[in-house]
Amino acid sequence: MSSLVEQTATELQRRLQASEVSAVEVASAFLDRIASHDDKIGAFLSVWREQALERAADVDRRRAAGKPVGLLAGLPVAVKDVFCTRGELTTCASKMLEHFRPPYDATVVEKIEAADGIILGKTNMDEFAMGGSTENSAYRPTHNPWDNERVPGGSSGGAAAAVAAQMAPLSVGTDTGGSIRQPAAFCGVVGLKPTYGRVSRRGLVAFASSLDQAGPLARTAADAALLLEVIAGHDPRDSTSADAPVARYSQTVSQPLEKLRIGIVREHLGAGLHAEIAAAVEEAIQVWKDLGAQIQEISLPHNEYAIATYYIIAPCEASSNLARYDGVHYGYRTDETKMLAQLAAERKAAEGNPARLEEIDTPLVRMYRQSRSEGFGAEVKRRVMLGAYALSAGYYDAYYLKALKVRRLIRQDFDQAFAKVDVIMGPTTPTPAYRLGEKAADPLASYLGDTYTVSANLAGICSLSTPCGFTQSGLPIGLQLQAPALEEDRLLRAAHMYQTATDWRLRRP
Amino acid sequence: MITQPEETTAAYQTVVGLEVHVQLLTQSKLFCRCSTKFGAPPNTQTCPVCTGMPGALPVMNREAFRLSLKTAIALDLHIPQFTKWDRKNYFYPDSPRGYQISQFDLPLSEHGFLHISDPQGAFPPKKIRILRAHLEDDAGKSLHDEAAGKADSRIDLNRAGTPLLEIVSEPDMRSAQEARAYLTELKLLLTYLGVSDCNMQEGSLRVDANVNIHMQVDGEKIATPIVEIKNLNSFRAVERAVVYEAQRQYELWRETGKKLGDAPKQTRGWDDQAQLTRAQRHKEESSDYRYFPDPDLAPVLTSAEEVEKLKAAMIQRPAELRSRLQTDYALDAHDADVIVNQGRLFVDYFIAVAEKSGSGKLAGNWIQQSVLRYLNEQEIGIGEFDISAAALAEMIDLIQSGELASSRAKDVFAEMLNAKTTAPEAMKTLGIEAVDDSTLVTLCQSLLDDNPRIVADVQGGKQQAVGALIGQAKKKNPNANPSEVRKICLRLIDAM
Ligand SMILES: [Zn+2]
Repeated sequence: MSSLVEQTATELQRRLQASEVSAVEVASAFLDRIASHDDKIGAFLSVWREQALERAADVDRRRAAGKPVGLLAGLPVAVKDVFCTRGELTTCASKMLEHFRPPYDATVVEKIEAADGIILGKTNMDEFAMGGSTENSAYRPTHNPWDNERVPGGSSGGAAAAVAAQMAPLSVGTDTGGSIRQPAAFCGVVGLKPTYGRVSRRGLVAFASSLDQAGPLARTAADAALLLEVIAGHDPRDSTSADAPVARYSQTVSQPLEKLRIGIVREHLGAGLHAEIAAAVEEAIQVWKDLGAQIQEISLPHNEYAIATYYIIAPCEASSNLARYDGVHYGYRTDETKMLAQLAAERKAAEGNPARLEEIDTPLVRMYRQSRSEGFGAEVKRRVMLGAYALSAGYYDAYYLKALKVRRLIRQDFDQAFAKVDVIMGPTTPTPAYRLGEKAADPLASYLGDTYTVSANLAGICSLSTPCGFTQSGLPIGLQLQAPALEEDRLLRAAHMYQTATDWRLRRP
Repeated sequence: MITQPEETTAAYQTVVGLEVHVQLLTQSKLFCRCSTKFGAPPNTQTCPVCTGMPGALPVMNREAFRLSLKTAIALDLHIPQFTKWDRKNYFYPDSPRGYQISQFDLPLSEHGFLHISDPQGAFPPKKIRILRAHLEDDAGKSLHDEAAGKADSRIDLNRAGTPLLEIVSEPDMRSAQEARAYLTELKLLLTYLGVSDCNMQEGSLRVDANVNIHMQVDGEKIATPIVEIKNLNSFRAVERAVVYEAQRQYELWRETGKKLGDAPKQTRGWDDQAQLTRAQRHKEESSDYRYFPDPDLAPVLTSAEEVEKLKAAMIQRPAELRSRLQTDYALDAHDADVIVNQGRLFVDYFIAVAEKSGSGKLAGNWIQQSVLRYLNEQEIGIGEFDISAAALAEMIDLIQSGELASSRAKDVFAEMLNAKTTAPEAMKTLGIEAVDDSTLVTLCQSLLDDNPRIVADVQGGKQQAVGALIGQAKKKNPNANPSEVRKICLRLIDAM
């Protein structure tokens, strides 16, 4: 019998239900694993040891008393630090929110707790979910469990690494341009970005509101299905939430899909793609053929503009979403005593020079400036500036409005493609996990890492990454599957089919 | 000593456009469920949404949207099928999200109008075009002392998120009086609709005025740069600020010659104490709000049926009521105006009295002269008035039937108020009863018999001498109608 932390959520669920193991034992096993391994990995920003054990004991008591328990009863879940947790630190890996404790729980958190999931803690990420390596965390980088010299991907790097390193069987991340799928690919786990609106955004600290979507990371499609079933669904407190029924994904995931038509975008297997990833995808195509799927080449003509479009829309929304971090109501505020002394000195130096005096900030403006300069990291500032620029008078039409038009075309491409195929398949990332610091000096190179993932966010469809091989040097490779809006069920069943025909998911770092 | 500058109409034409922010009468805020009640302790009516907490999301209040549509219809604004929300980005401590949720290029309504007139005839009746009316959420209130070296600021977010309807007029007003008439009529309409209480003290109606002046110089039309005046806390302040600002711009133009386009639009604040406008610091003002569609909110679709339904349920507006009172109840324009301007409850009272008594004219007279005066003296509304419409109508009936002499009706009215009673009861208390003709003739004859000198004076051509008899008659019988007494006495003397 393998140790508890090696088991899938589905297996743990079965054993918990059969009372072969208690929720406290399961929680302890993962908490101990975090205690012994996370120093090296850096997946967690906070660990809720006591609460987790208390909640687990409560689940055990209720189960023993024959009382009803939720779908996740006793299953540990790690939550990305971008979700509000009432009274508990919610930092978004930013200095800006270093001491921030929200007065409310995100809907996702409420749902996990209502289903008796045991939250283990909050996972590391790129600051405000901006980045693809988790190096933009203001606190510490997360290391890839397969090679500690490499990044785990991002922005949900902590969430992916926690699952890969067996510190949590399940975790919730968010995906704005690939932030669940890319780290899932880098860490060799399953990551699902649901349809926009499928999972409530209430309490998810916004990066780009029209693109952000929460989703599960897990070891298998069946495990991801279990967590998605719990967190998905209409939320009247989120105006962009989809009012559509949620399938019992955990029940349907094992049903194979007959006569599956799979679309391949040929351009995605060409220039810019790492050779070993290209080979792994070709191998996956063969697996599908053997499974009886029909493979078809399709075209997404506007996909080449996806990155440019994304890097207009996301920063524009971010520049506005992050305006609230101004040092007034909550979060980081500059040292006012120092600031006022500095202002007084500046005024003194400008005495007798009205023009220079006029140039000196009021205390309020200086407080804004300084709090934001000190509270935000470089990547956040870069995107806020990009967005503010693109939205400013005279540039709006050329950038934002144009980007919205291209976004519509990208969506139409998918509509046309899905008229012919059920699922679109390709690589999740152009390269495997890179070394820490490798792309830190070149933001553009890091933005290009989103090449295959951003279009799903722009189109609002659902998309998933599942392990499909390893490089010679032992780094995981991700296979991306995309399905039309609200077809998570199809996506999960396809991924499950593929997983039963392969054993990539079984490897452990 | 502050001198009030006089508007020299010959030199220039004042041009005014008004932006009115009206707080809608909803139970809860525009994007969250917090109460909108005025006067609660600071920051007790707040939640993650209206305090701009990370991750908090807005959900539109349907009722606020419905009230906006109702107002739009009443202002004859066009309601497009599609409207959306935009973010207006700016930093200010009372705006905790760093942006206001407003409507930029696709407002919920546009292109309507409001008729204004002045019963005193200060200006001819005219139609003021309304550019648009859109919904947005209010900011909180900040109190700060930014004196050098000191930074003590307090913010109350109870008001943050309250629904505001911004009604923007075209620059169609040509004087301070017209501006005031527009505001008065708009406020009246909004209170009739019940969409706002329009309480300026509590900030539920706020006005910004855009002012400039036009001149004809050597056959050329010249306009001065437009100035937006803020901090206008009463209609009187609007009037005065417009007059002041027009004159200031005139003097400035004479001094500098700067025309529209030579200087950007300026924002000035009205100082009610000093009675002048002052330039506002523009350092914290952002001219670029970087508007873009709010991705947290879905666009709002309004069906033609929905608009039709609201139109069908539309009440009579003040302008319609004024003409109805004139046609149905024979009131003149001035009387109809006075009654309608008192508000819907007052009009209902008038109509009830007029209907029950069958005389619009008498009802109008009594209501304006006696009821309204009493209400003003007591500083109460018609809702708190003790004489019911039915009771007043009954009194008017008694006058019309001759049972109550007009000369005594005022006493009866006073007694009805005093004793909270009906007209017949009041008449009983006052001992008023109708005096029949034969009794009056007997009374007059005895007076003539007692006063042969008066009879002789009258016969000598001094008709006014009979007046002395009226006082005596009243003493003998308080119910004697003076004009009847005069008539009978003259007739009897004539027949001697
Ligand atoms: Zn609220």
